[in-house]
Amino acid sequence: MHVTRGFTGRPRVSDPGLPPGQYDAGDDWPVLSAEVTPDLAATDWSFRIDGRVAEPRTWTWAEAHALPTSAYDGDIHCVTGWSKFGVRFGGVSLDAFLDMVRPATTATHAVAYSHTGYTTSLPLADLTGGRAWIAFEYDGRPLPAEHGGPARLLVPHLYFWKSAKWIAGLRILDHDEPGFWEQNGYHARGNPWEEQRYSGD
Amino acid sequence: MASGRFRPPSRFAVPGRIAVSGSTAAVWRTATLTGIRRETARAATFRFAVPGWAGHVPGQHLMLRLTAADGYVAQRHYSIASPPDDGGHIELTLDHVEGGEVSGWFHTVARPGDRIEVRGPLSGFFAWPGDRPALLVGAGSGVVPLMSMVRHRRAHGLDVPLRLLVSARGPRDLIYADEYGAETTPVFTRSAPVGVPVGRMSATHVAPVMAEAPPGGWEAYVCGSNAFAEHASRLLVEAGQPVDRIRIERFG
Ligand SMILES: Cc1cc2nc3c(=O)[nH]c(=O)nc-3n(C[C@H](O)[C@H](O)[C@H](O)COP(=O)(O)OP(=O)(O)OC[C@H]3O[C@@H](n4cnc5c(N)ncnc54)[C@H](O)[C@@H]3O)c2cc1C
Repeated sequence: MHVTRGFTGRPRVSDPGLPPGQYDAGDDWPVLSAEVTPDLAATDWSFRIDGRVAEPRTWTWAEAHALPTSAYDGDIHCVTGWSKFGVRFGGVSLDAFLDMVRPATTATHAVAYSHTGYTTSLPLADLTGGRAWIAFEYDGRPLPAEHGGPARLLVPHLYFWKSAKWIAGLRILDHDEPGFWEQNGYHARGNPWEEQRYSGD
Repeated sequence: MASGRFRPPSRFAVPGRIAVSGSTAAVWRTATLTGIRRETARAATFRFAVPGWAGHVPGQHLMLRLTAADGYVAQRHYSIASPPDDGGHIELTLDHVEGGEVSGWFHTVARPGDRIEVRGPLSGFFAWPGDRPALLVGAGSGVVPLMSMVRHRRAHGLDVPLRLLVSARGPRDLIYADEYGAETTPVFTRSAPVGVPVGRMSATHVAPVMAEAPPGGWEAYVCGSNAFAEHASRLLVEAGQPVDRIRIERFG
């Protein structure tokens, strides 16, 4: 441990919800996308799942909204260090989509991609079992464009770069293929509780 | 597997400019503060000696951490202000954020000889190796990674075209004010020298530099707060800059 002379830091919060090395951003919700925020109308949005699945399929905005709704109430964690507590997203559980395309037994990973071409890679196990959503709403309102509206992937138990904004699709794979940040030195899984920020962590 | 890499249907707007080494990013290195230089009333530059620093490309950032006696750690990202070849040194320029845990320590406690830890350099998408003509647009401390590019180009006498639009509240808030040359157009939002208009960055500032675009156009790098990045990137798109040639580093 390298103690920094004269550094005491903020009063310690003994918040069991705060992963190591994170701080509570309070009401702030920083935006960190690397590309221009796209001007994407809900009517132009679509979501596709293909790759190692029995029945590849594309949903329109209306078709996705016809699926049973599901909400996430909880926390989110960004690799830059902030966490945000008590957020509420509304959308559809990713399980509802995956059940319809039926991933092959050999499927192990997925690449999520955005309408901007942003990509991020995830183990398939992190996208199933009620732990991932396609989110359309934040706090009861349409998701703002700078936060990924009209629809983003939501995988709140991993660092938030995995929750691709302006989600366009998932390619299901039988191996890991690093996405944008994963090719730029970031961790393949990104579990905030194990502080998996960079590859090698 | 024989199949090629997955390619999304739309090509990513801002693919990485350089390959980034995962192993250099994983190592925490001790950095010793060797000097502090005041830039404005709110911003100062901190110079560090970092033994073993792998070297960076202009535009990259690092992660920095401070550790309290009880093991409590605060870590933040900072852009690198200095050009790549600075003899084992790097410089960071920090705004003093009201109530800021890390910037507060730097601005009120830090003195030469203090040791902190850094890991990096990180991220390849905002890097500028000095190859493509670059249009740089920044506000406040968002000028920091852009200055590394300006300094690099100057240090190597590169003749690749480069323009910088930098926004500040007033002349006294303009970081690196003495270092700018003909490549730079400052934009003042609250107060300006006599004869210089006051106001937000607008199409009036962007149009002339877009008109100067070299054959093949500009690679645009936008840096600052999210509000500024949204505003400036929209101005560039409206002025005809292709979205897939706009890279944005948002400070959150
Ligand atoms: C890629 C990148 C590059 C960056 N480069 C630079 C750079 O070159 N220069 C630069 O100056 N900055 C840069 N930043 C911003 C930097 O990372 C920090 O966000 C900034 O310095 C503020 O950190 P801090 O610890 O001083 O403030 P924080 O402690 O994080 O506080 C920020 C604000 O939130 C409030 N706040 C936060 N948490 C609490 C709490 N628990 N209780 C009370 N109030 C709270 C504070 O009062 C303050 O107003 C960069 C950011 C990124 C993502």
